[in-house]
Parts: sequence; structure tokens; C-alpha cells
Amino acid sequence: MTELFGVPVQALFGQLLLGLVNGSFYAILSLGLAVIFGLLNIINFAHGALYMLGAFGAWMGLQYFGLSYWAMLVLAPVIVGLFGMLLERLLLRRLYKLDPLYGLLLTFGLTLLIEGLFRSFYGVSGQPYSTPPLLQGGVDLGFMYLPLYRIWVVVASVLACLLTWLAIEKTRMGALLRAGTENPKLVEAFGVNVPLMISLTFGLGVGLAGFAGVLAAPILQVSPLMGSNLIIVVFAVVVIGGMGSILGSIVTGLGLGVVEGLAKVFWPQASSTVVFIAMVIVLLVRPAGLFGKES
Amino acid sequence: MNRQLLTYLAAIVLIAILPAVGGYPVFIMKVMCYALFACAFNLLLGYTGLLSFGHAAFLGLAAYACGQSLAVWGWPTLAGLLFGAAAAGMLGLIFGILSIRRSGIYFAMITLALAQMLFFYFLQAPFTGGEDGLQGIPRGSILGLDLGRDIHLYYVVMLIFVLGYALIWRTVHSPFGQALKAIRENEARMISLGYDVERFKLLAFVLSATLAGLAGATKALVFVSATLSDATWQMSGMVILMTLIGGMGTLTGPVLGAVIVVALENKVGDFGRFMMNLTGIEWFRVLGESVTIVIGLIFILCVMAFRRGLVGEWLHRRH
Repeated sequence: MTELFGVPVQALFGQLLLGLVNGSFYAILSLGLAVIFGLLNIINFAHGALYMLGAFGAWMGLQYFGLSYWAMLVLAPVIVGLFGMLLERLLLRRLYKLDPLYGLLLTFGLTLLIEGLFRSFYGVSGQPYSTPPLLQGGVDLGFMYLPLYRIWVVVASVLACLLTWLAIEKTRMGALLRAGTENPKLVEAFGVNVPLMISLTFGLGVGLAGFAGVLAAPILQVSPLMGSNLIIVVFAVVVIGGMGSILGSIVTGLGLGVVEGLAKVFWPQASSTVVFIAMVIVLLVRPAGLFGKES
Repeated sequence: MNRQLLTYLAAIVLIAILPAVGGYPVFIMKVMCYALFACAFNLLLGYTGLLSFGHAAFLGLAAYACGQSLAVWGWPTLAGLLFGAAAAGMLGLIFGILSIRRSGIYFAMITLALAQMLFFYFLQAPFTGGEDGLQGIPRGSILGLDLGRDIHLYYVVMLIFVLGYALIWRTVHSPFGQALKAIRENEARMISLGYDVERFKLLAFVLSATLAGLAGATKALVFVSATLSDATWQMSGMVILMTLIGGMGTLTGPVLGAVIVVALENKVGDFGRFMMNLTGIEWFRVLGESVTIVIGLIFILCVMAFRRGLVGEWLHRRH
């Protein structure tokens, strides 16, 4: 068995795995966007820039402080999360009473600022970041070679998403968050510190983006532009999936990653546009999104 | 009403004599193209309340369409301009039908994603020249007027800008424009009054896209080239900024915003060096070298503290 549908099996499964890796990033980022949107009613354009900050965090930790990948896998999301909470406190908080479009515009400005700063200091070419020793190499399955690190990215991302799902669906804190999404005024009347909850939620959402950034560092080049290229695709993923359900975000993200991987094999010219084409089809057939509720 | 007309006439005379008193024609033509682009965008954001995050698609497509028809098919200049605008209008119809199915924040995300899809298509399509763009577009002539000379083209661009602006003025002050504003203020009430809101939105979208296309086709003529940068999301952000600085929902705001943003793009390097020499702070040079940082800062400032924009603030103070 060396060929399937006229394509070498090796290439097919290789692209499928790469698709799953990309899909993991789509899943984590769209999940973060959905969590933030639920409570804050804001679409965070800076999500891509914060993902880039996570990747740069990993690179800087190693470069300047000698901190390993594993240390940064914990530290970078926390730092990005705290930075996000700072942004929420100082800037976003003042916009809640306005049209949500202002939140999008503000975070768009933040994206330009953050990317511009990194471009001034690090240029546009990427910084190399090597795979941690524990995850180097791979397994030969006979019909394909399975690089360990890519498997790790998929497993770690799905785990992170599932943990977030558990935290929101099964814990007291998560119950409050869901209640706050439904009716913040009422939750506040019960004595819950809603402003703090909003800050923490934003921190959690962007922390997930930082986590994805660290995961991406050894696979993609760590470059100031890595975030903005991704975020627009993630927007399309969010439109396709709808922001109603967490599991929906995960399934849509991974699924579209696989579709993109398949496109790279069977229709390479369309590989960069296939997610957008899927969005167009969903808009025509089911405008509310696959998992969305009609409002 | 007469005073407004007089002011506009004075403004037209002023633009007409600018090159004679030392104004650099290509720079002013660039400003006029962007001003028309921003006015067209504002028709949607300021008067209908729809934030399109993908307007660069119309600017970019029209530039390529105009360039293709002039350079490859050898069409006359006027036909090329109209073809560019018509192509953008058709695209506007398609984007509009798709994006109007969702409202609010989703509308912004969908237009952004659609524009990015077109960008990736342009990146690969054979007729765009990829990263190099379409170069050497012949300007040709209109009614025997040789547009190869900048000063001749200048008055054609001025005419296009004035006509485009007048059309937007007419639209805003028509019953159709009133309906758009009502949709912006209270969509649910308009539906309950029996208005076909989606139709109005779609019409506004197509009109805005067509005029944005006219701006893009004209721009291709001014710079005798059409490049990928016209179709990037950064360009979509730029037109939002122009409208925001000047004042969304005001007629003259986007024009002023375009003047400021284009001047800023050209002068920010000089300004950075000047500030560094003045204060001795090295960081100002870095700031001057990165238009992106400056644009980002202005964006944040406008959204946080200056949402009415310059013209909006002025009108607000006067009343």
C-alpha cells in the first residue's frame, strides 16, 4: 500500500497530521475567542498578536534567561494572560457600554502596535526555535513516519481545550462564568465580583493563545507576523462553527485543519483559501454557523 | 444651504489651484483617491452602521481590473475606469449577499475573511503579477487630453473625486439615505415599519463597493501600477482609521482623515528624526521608521478618547 487515490500514502498522512496540527491551533484560538466573546461581548483581534507573544516568550526565555521549553510552556501563557488582564483593566473596560465594534477596533490597534514593536526589534524574518530533546525524533509506522513533536502538539492542544471545557462546565467558577454570560447584572446582585471575573476570563482566553504560541514555536518560525496571518483564518473558523459551544469550537477547528491538509494534497492551489470557501458554503446553507444558535 | 454650496465651490477652486501654488500633483491625487475610498467606506460605517473590515478587496480588485483592461486588452482609459468600478460593484454584490446574512461583529469578521480569500487568490492568479504587481499601466487619454502629463491627469482625478463626493452627498440626503440612517439607529423598528432592511443594506453595500472601486481604478491610473498591498487587511484597517480620525457619519470627516493619514505615512520618518534631534531620545527614530506603530497608537487613541473624530467633535461643539 504505497498509494491511495493516486497519492503516495506517506504524503497523504503527513499532510493529514500537519492539518491536525494547524487544526489544533484553530481550535485553541477559536475557543479563547468564544470564551471572551461570551462574557465580554468583544471580538479580540489581538488574539493573534498574543499568540505571537507566546511564541516569542518561549524564544526569549531560552535566548535571554536559558529557560527550557517546558518552563516556558507554563510561564509564557501566565505572562500573556497577565498582560491581557492589564489590557482589559486599562483599556477594554472603558468600552463595555459602547457598540462592540469599538472593542474590535481597539484590539485591532493593539495588534498593529504589538506587531510593529516586534518588527522594529526583530525584523520580519523568523527566529529558529529547536524542538525540546524529549520530543525529537519520531516513530516509523511502516506506512508513514510520525514525528513525535507534532503528535504532542495535537494531544496537548486537545487536552488544553478539554480542560477548559471541564473548568467551564463542571466547576463552581465555571458555573458563575456561564451565569455571567447569561445575565451579568443578576450575578453581580448575588455578590459576585463580576469585574474581576471578566478580567480573569479575558486572562484565561488570551492565556490559551499564549499556550498555542509556545506549542507553535518549534514548528513554525517565530516571527512578528505569525499571528495576524492566523487570526483571520480563525475568524473564518469562528464564523463556520458559531460561538455557541465549546466542543463545537474544538471539532470545527480540528476538522477544518484536516480539510486544509487534504486540500494541500489534492488541490494545492486552494489550500490557503479552502477554509474561506467552507465559510462561504456555511453562510449559504446555515448562516448561524454549524453549532450556532439562531439569534 | 447656500452657504454650504459656496463652501464646497470654494473648496473645489482651492483644489484646482493647488498645483499652481506649489502643491505636488501626485501627492494630492493620492490623497483624493484615498479620500474617495474613505467616503465610500463611510457610507457604510457612518450612515448604515455596518463595519466592513474588507474594503481593501474592492480597491484592489478595481485596480487590477482597470490595469488589465488598459494594459492587456488595450481599452480606452474611460472604459477601463468604469470597468474597474463595475467589477468592484459586482464583487460588492457577492460579498454583500454573503455577509449581510449575519449582523454586528460577525459582519465585520465575514467581510475580513472574504477579503483575505480574495487576497490569497490575487497572490496566485496569473494576471496580477503576484508580489510584483501589475506594472506599466498606460494612462492613455480622455477626450483627446493626454493623461501622461501629471497635470492633465490631476484635473481628471479631481473631477472623479468631486463627482463621487457629490453622489455620496446626494445619497445621504435622499430618502434612501434617511432610511439607511434609521436602520443604523434602530434596525428592529425599521423592520416593524415594513422596510426590507436587507435590501437597503445590500444596496448601500454595492454602492459603497462601486465607489471604492472607482477610487481603486483611479489610483491605478495615478501610479500606473496595481499592487497586492491595495488588497491587504492592513489597507482595510487604514480606511477605517481615516474615517475614524475624521469622524464617521460626517461627510467631510473621511476626506480630512485621508489627508492626515496620507501625510502621516509620508512624513512620519522625518517627524521621528526631528523629535530625536530635539529630545535626544533614540526611541523616536524607531517610532519614525515604523508607520505601523504610529497607526496602531492613533487607532487606540481615537477609540479610547476621540470617537467622534475631528469633524464630529467640531460639529458637536458648535451645536
